[in-house]
Amino acid sequence: MSAPAVSKGGGGASGAEPILSARNLVKHFPVRSTGLIRRQVGVIHAVCDVSFELLEGETLGLVGESGCGKSTTARLVLNLIKATSGEVFYGGKDVTALSPKQLRTLRRDLQIVFQDPYASLDPRMPVNEIVAEPLRIHDMYDKGGRELVRDLLRTVGLKPEHGNRFPHEFSGGQRQRIGVARALALRPKVLVLDEPVSALDVSIQAGVLNLLDELQAELGLSYLFVSHDLSVVRHTADRIAVMYLGRIVETGPAADLFERPGHPYTQALISAIPLPDPRKERARERITVVGDLPSPADPPSGCRFRTRCPKFAAELTEDERRRCVDDIPELVGRGQGHPVACHYAEQKVLI
Amino acid sequence: MTAEDVLAGGRPEGAAEPVRPSDPVLEVSGLTVGFPSEDGMVQAVRGVDYSLRGGEVLGIVGESGSGKSVTSLAVMGLLPRTAKVSGSVRFRGRELIGMSEAELNKVRGRDISMIFQDPMTSLNPVYSVGYQIAEAVRAHHGVSKAAALDRAADLLELVRIPNPGQRLSAYPHELSGGMRQRVVIAIAMANDPDVIIADEPTTALDVTVQAQIMQSLQAAQAETGAAMVLITHDLGVIAGQADRVLVMYAGKPVEIGTAEDVFYTARMPYTFGLLGSLPRLDRPSERLTPIPGSPPSVVNMPPGCPFTPRCPLAIPLCDEREPELEPTTDAGHLAACHRSDELVGKSPGDVFTTGVADTEALAHFVEESEELA
Amino acid sequence: MPEPTTTTTTPAPGAPAGGAQPGPSGRAEREFTVAERSQFQLVLRRFLQHRLAMVSLVVLVLLVLLAYVGGALWKYKFGEYTPDESEPPSWEHPFGTDSAGRDQFAQVLRGTQISLQIAVLVALFATVVGTIWGAVAGYFGGLVDTLMMRVSDLILTLPLIAVAAMLGHNFGGTWWLIALVIAGLYWAYVSRVARGVVLSLREKEFIEAARALGSSDVRIILRHLVPNALGAIIVNATILIAVAILLETALSYLGFGVTAPDTSLGLLVSEAQTALSTRPWLFYFPGLFIILIALCINFIGDGLRDALDPQQTKVRR
Repeated sequence: MSAPAVSKGGGGASGAEPILSARNLVKHFPVRSTGLIRRQVGVIHAVCDVSFELLEGETLGLVGESGCGKSTTARLVLNLIKATSGEVFYGGKDVTALSPKQLRTLRRDLQIVFQDPYASLDPRMPVNEIVAEPLRIHDMYDKGGRELVRDLLRTVGLKPEHGNRFPHEFSGGQRQRIGVARALALRPKVLVLDEPVSALDVSIQAGVLNLLDELQAELGLSYLFVSHDLSVVRHTADRIAVMYLGRIVETGPAADLFERPGHPYTQALISAIPLPDPRKERARERITVVGDLPSPADPPSGCRFRTRCPKFAAELTEDERRRCVDDIPELVGRGQGHPVACHYAEQKVLI
Repeated sequence: MTAEDVLAGGRPEGAAEPVRPSDPVLEVSGLTVGFPSEDGMVQAVRGVDYSLRGGEVLGIVGESGSGKSVTSLAVMGLLPRTAKVSGSVRFRGRELIGMSEAELNKVRGRDISMIFQDPMTSLNPVYSVGYQIAEAVRAHHGVSKAAALDRAADLLELVRIPNPGQRLSAYPHELSGGMRQRVVIAIAMANDPDVIIADEPTTALDVTVQAQIMQSLQAAQAETGAAMVLITHDLGVIAGQADRVLVMYAGKPVEIGTAEDVFYTARMPYTFGLLGSLPRLDRPSERLTPIPGSPPSVVNMPPGCPFTPRCPLAIPLCDEREPELEPTTDAGHLAACHRSDELVGKSPGDVFTTGVADTEALAHFVEESEELA
Repeated sequence: MPEPTTTTTTPAPGAPAGGAQPGPSGRAEREFTVAERSQFQLVLRRFLQHRLAMVSLVVLVLLVLLAYVGGALWKYKFGEYTPDESEPPSWEHPFGTDSAGRDQFAQVLRGTQISLQIAVLVALFATVVGTIWGAVAGYFGGLVDTLMMRVSDLILTLPLIAVAAMLGHNFGGTWWLIALVIAGLYWAYVSRVARGVVLSLREKEFIEAARALGSSDVRIILRHLVPNALGAIIVNATILIAVAILLETALSYLGFGVTAPDTSLGLLVSEAQTALSTRPWLFYFPGLFIILIALCINFIGDGLRDALDPQQTKVRR
């Protein structure tokens, strides 16, 4: 078969219309006291003022470490969690303001693949039923749904004869393929992939990534690819947004971002990933971040990264630091060729 | 009494003498582990041999279920009673398998220590970390509590915990995951062991924290001069840390060699496939070459090489006889494959294919779904 | 819940399963070397290996058969007066007779029937009502949950025996009314259990997946929550049968349960208490039946719980 040429990095989808756009998304989770009267005692700032556009046919990578709000953002986009404020536009409508009935129709176009293939499939349903479920929900099963399910299973690399087996009999990679088949059944336009390969072994992960690549090329899907793994995101995404503690700190075309990272956090993240190449790995320059993620219930003022920033700690003068403490850096172009949210952005070559 | 005195004088009589770098400190041979189950014996480890020289880092890689963790639990004598263990594990010539629990306890912690993936399982939530490190010191050395606490503070500093003096009184739940793992490393090096076994020490942590932990681990190893067995599924970590690499598949080592041997001139199709499956940060995107199929079940295994159904090079011989580890181009580089010679000079893309989706089925699906909508 | 329609036959319990069969390509199958089994089959296998539960199940089935088939075939009918008064057990009257000449064997069989009927009805009624109540409260959460659970709590605070006795006194007599009274007080326990199960299930990703697909709430509850909670609820229902038997016994003993001319095991024990020293067989046989039934059901519940627990270690020793 001809491997579809997947254009990467160079804005292969440039000029395309945004199919989905998020504007100033904010999500606060209340922290309640324990006890009889559960007063609200604080707020977790999970997602803060996040905006992005997903172009038609492209893959946008949303990358960051645990607690950065990337999965919450993915759920806000699908309205699986109600946003505190902000809008998500799809097809000219604000997803966050739809009625339950309108939302149900929207589900045909926006689908999600979950991280944990062990938890995201109902253990009491045979695989055929799991994949048929979206068709049944939208009253499409009776019109040839059986055939469709068989073809879907074959498409993702499973034998239709195994359709009567239950999820627990399959390996992690096979279950993730079942999850992909279920998400595809309604022929969505946008697929949110929430860490789709993080729970899988590398040899299996590659198969799922290639499958997603091919499906995107054949079905014209747009992907919002959420992951903590920079290597995976670099491989799959056309454009990347790096998140830290609820905010996007840097965004740009994949190749550009990796070749000329401007934000100290992106730089630290890239240099922390070990390369599977002994000579290169042992000869690398490392930018190490100190300390741990601050609590999202009480994020630092100004730039949220400053408490761990190697630049803030070592290079900046007292006066320069004041700006990091007082002003929230905006996500704008600062001479790196792509927007960076750092007052003192400076590109570095790390690979 | 300083911490150095504790370590120098604290070693009880009868303990082994200092290691020469060339001597193997740990020798594992013919190790097998089975777990009885209702479907038959689960052969988690089916014959592992390796020897670890003083100060060396041996990386063990493999996917989940390959038996890499079970191997080290067997070395430490930490498997549940239902497990059937056979073979030999020698620490400086002393056989550990079949040793009584009391004798094993003397070896564990003092001579061989272990670092697990989840630090919460090895820390006791009701004691302060200072107390726990001091206890580890006192378990094998008869020193005063104050001296042990001093040593604990030194250890915390070594693993790069800021303000070690203050952290001594902290409880595990007050620390972050990365901080806890560093406490575990401090406990592991408390008695200046000869061997540290680290089982996925950074898997549960974020990458930036993972980098910090690897630095702590390197510091710990440099300080104690211990040899280390580093078990992980992350080939990047192995590439950066390991002197030698052992690749496991279905309970058996399938390739052993120096890091350069394994990463640049792999001689087993499985290692090849693994390397080709990795998305790379350091080069522009190309197609990945996944290994088709899934890892084999280790219950009721048929004869022959367990990698056969996923192997693009498989020949009928592979189904009949399981290949032994044999020297390849270099005497120190072993691979278990009947056709290892054919991998010379090849890249993963030459051996494995990239296609995964069934295009015919996909076309059907597109047609049908358009009719439906 | 869809029926598992597996094609491979399950090997007999204890026999080595699977074996390496050649795959379709003629090459040895390595991925699925363990025979295909549905969850139901897995549970069944584990249950069959639970010796105590299996023995209890056999004993219980024999008891039920004895009560219904044996009761119909036995030469004396229940309530029938024979000329033999106050006779100790003999071949003619295996459990003896009472002072009025009624055959105690026939009486005990009838009592077992009534007691079992009450227990099963209680279990059914309380389980259905309690499960729906708890599932709805747990799934929707918030104010709905708070209100519904306060109602459950209220019922749980009532002194069970006293209220049942009072209600039984006013409406009692017929066996199914007694059952409704007991069930009306017991569903609240079930609702607590069901709510707990649903609360933990609700957070699972497959429920979120169902919502992302556009499932309605009713569909999620019926198609995903209930089938997954079923295991825990069945175990609970089994225990409930044993509890109901004992409660009915207590009520009848106190005179607020089944009333003569019909009978139940509790009533038989109650009637025999004055005759304990003179005609002990009247007391011991119904007592033995009560203990036997309650014990069997508890062991079966144990076996079910072990079999349904996915954390259960595979080898039983």
